[in-house]
Amino acid sequence: MSGHATFEPKNPALKWFESRLPLVGLLHSSFVAYPTPRNLNYWWTFGGILSLMLVCQILSGVVLVMHYTPHVTLAFDSVEHIMRDVSYGWLLRYIHANGASMFFIAVYIHMFRGLYYGSYKAPREVLWILGVIIYLLMMATGFMGYVLPWGQMSFWGATVITNLFSAFPVVGPTIVEWLWGGFAVDNPTLNRFFSLHYLLPFMIAGVVILHVWALHVVGQNNPTGVEPKTPKDTVPFTPYATIKDGFAMVCFLLFFAWFVFYIPNYLGHADNYIPANPLVTPAHIVPEWYYLPFYAMLRSVPDKLGGVLTMFGAIIVLFFVPWLDTSKVRSAAYRPLFRQFFWIWVAVCIGLGWLGSKPAEGGYVIAGRILTIWYFAHFLIILPLLGLFEKPRQVPASITEAVLGKTKSA
Amino acid sequence: MNMRFASLRSLSFGVVTAVAMLAAAPAAFAQEGHGAPKPHRESWTFAGPFGKFDRAQVQRGFQVFREVCSSCHAAHLFAFRNLAQPGGPEFSEAQAKTVAEAYKVQDGPNDAGDMFERPGRLSDHWPSPFPNEQAARASNGGAYPPDFSVLAKARTYEVGFPGFLIDIVRQYQEQGPDYIHALLNGYKDAPEGVTVPEGAYYNEYFPGHAIKMPPPLSADQVTYTDGTPQTVDQYSRDVTAFMMWLAEPHLEERKRIGFQVMIFLIVFAGLLYFTKKKVWKSVH
Ligand code: HEC
Ligand code: HEM
Repeated sequence: MSGHATFEPKNPALKWFESRLPLVGLLHSSFVAYPTPRNLNYWWTFGGILSLMLVCQILSGVVLVMHYTPHVTLAFDSVEHIMRDVSYGWLLRYIHANGASMFFIAVYIHMFRGLYYGSYKAPREVLWILGVIIYLLMMATGFMGYVLPWGQMSFWGATVITNLFSAFPVVGPTIVEWLWGGFAVDNPTLNRFFSLHYLLPFMIAGVVILHVWALHVVGQNNPTGVEPKTPKDTVPFTPYATIKDGFAMVCFLLFFAWFVFYIPNYLGHADNYIPANPLVTPAHIVPEWYYLPFYAMLRSVPDKLGGVLTMFGAIIVLFFVPWLDTSKVRSAAYRPLFRQFFWIWVAVCIGLGWLGSKPAEGGYVIAGRILTIWYFAHFLIILPLLGLFEKPRQVPASITEAVLGKTKSA
Repeated sequence: MNMRFASLRSLSFGVVTAVAMLAAAPAAFAQEGHGAPKPHRESWTFAGPFGKFDRAQVQRGFQVFREVCSSCHAAHLFAFRNLAQPGGPEFSEAQAKTVAEAYKVQDGPNDAGDMFERPGRLSDHWPSPFPNEQAARASNGGAYPPDFSVLAKARTYEVGFPGFLIDIVRQYQEQGPDYIHALLNGYKDAPEGVTVPEGAYYNEYFPGHAIKMPPPLSADQVTYTDGTPQTVDQYSRDVTAFMMWLAEPHLEERKRIGFQVMIFLIVFAGLLYFTKKKVWKSVH
């Protein structure tokens, strides 16, 4: 893409094809010749892992759809039919259900990596924003997927989340009826969620292509945050990154398999094995773990509309991080104060996640408020000010200097 | 400089502790509304990476289900053929057929357009004791005896921190069976000052304590032919194991394949690791 394709086909048929559509050359320049910084650590393998998980979700999902029935009276039993009667249906379903969680684990690590090493800074703003769009699409996809088995949590989760839109003045109730396709979460809701749950992953795939394209235009950041200056600073994608990514993927699959084969229901809710019943509200309506921090923020604001805006704001603010961070230095490795605040912020996110799983009462709400304020203050106050007041450490002149310096002292 | 780092570190520590304390305080008395004790963790044969059902136990559990529970509880996903399937009670096909034939199943319409009754076949599902939910409620004081098909996976209890993390490593996800076992043994006289509504029974483990299921088990109620003690505790363990199999009929296969997958991935990861080292040697 950046124009230095070194691919010269020898085979006449391939030559003929390449002169008409240089597809193999594109793949070659993107995944073979593409220069990657030589000092990337394993936090940089999660982009590849995410691509793998996206493929895994699409493949398992397409096969699940062959056996699933999107109707309120049949959905629950059709999922159980997959679990019991379809050959390896239990495997497919557990892969798909746990795969969603793994996808989110990987995306959170991927995003934290970006925030730690300042990968969102110029010239990678568009790359970062495409990432946040992928994340938003993932949230929507995961939410609608969880509704499909039509268990108690499916139904009540859908009810609570769609009801949030009623908080908007004037248009709120209309939007909610439009989402439901009626006056309550019911068969039309299930049908449209099913349709969208099938559609969105392909939209994610489209945005991922843009994301990787943008990546290959600006190049990868690296742990020093210093751009590669000479060819010595980089190594070709293949074999260096391919083998490293491959190793990391297999390690990730080991972690994934642990859940799929030994504790496949650990990350789910027992209540979702109870068929949906609009007349019985579960004692605690709790979303999937990956939404919990946002759920905690939603409930920590006493006003409904305020809560909804806070929750969406928590994601919207990510779009502006490239401009909120005023520091000239990219990597936290050379930003002693930022590094401290980064880890506090990570602790705040985990704390919010934990609070999201607790009932909204007493001390939980107070703690939720403190952490919500901190979450926003990190982006809106701390990041802009740190860049102005922090005294960064000396940044190495080049990647090679940083790497060789390290080897000498080690 | 160093001073400032130190104080920042203690600030971050402070934030985390403050949150933990704020959160723990109400947890101490809130107790999720009903204050049910945590079910005791039993040692189930089907737990852990090599867990398997004890055939004899699941067969006994089936006997308890058939003779006691199935008069109130349905299990509409349970087919007679499942009884002879690998990984469960593993009755012979002839035995499963005999069980099926003891039940009358409605079929039809026939060529004359009439519904008719015939003996059950392997492909039939377990007949429900009541024609619909309303009928079930009418005979049970307004309460609905839940379907057994996936009930063992539909109940749990809160584990709390740090136990919920340890459970990942220990591969513990038998909270459902723990709860059912505890429930079946949890009938007690209501404590002083607690009145149980008409038609309900006091149960320590049931949310809210007033359950509309009369104590279903009593000693020597079901006659075991293999000399296993005929106690409420034993019955409850056996029927719980049966319910777990019913909820997760491919559990054994899952764990067996899982082990093969783990071995494959570990070996593959090892090979990739050494290849990676070799490839990167010239760069480091
Ligand atoms: C006389 C009818 C009857 C019999 C026999 C019976 N049950 Fe129940 N069972 C009920 C009813 C009614 C409920 C619903 C209770 C309620 O919601 O208050 C119930 C509920 C349950 C529950 C769910 C409790 C919860 O957490 O919601 C379990 C588990 C259970 N029964 C197990 C059994 C087992 C095991 C047996 C056989 C040993 C059995 N039952 C026999 C009527 C019965
Ligand atoms: C479906 C989800 C996603 C996929 C498949 C994906 C894929 C990739 C891949 C393959 C890379 C290159 C390898 C790497 O640097 O790790 C990458 C880089 C990057 N991604 Fe993503 N990504 C996803 C989601 C996100 C999200 C949600 C964000 C942030 C909000 C994000 C931000 C970035 C950034 C900033 C880079 C450049 C990293 C650097 O060079 O430092 N990505 N992504």
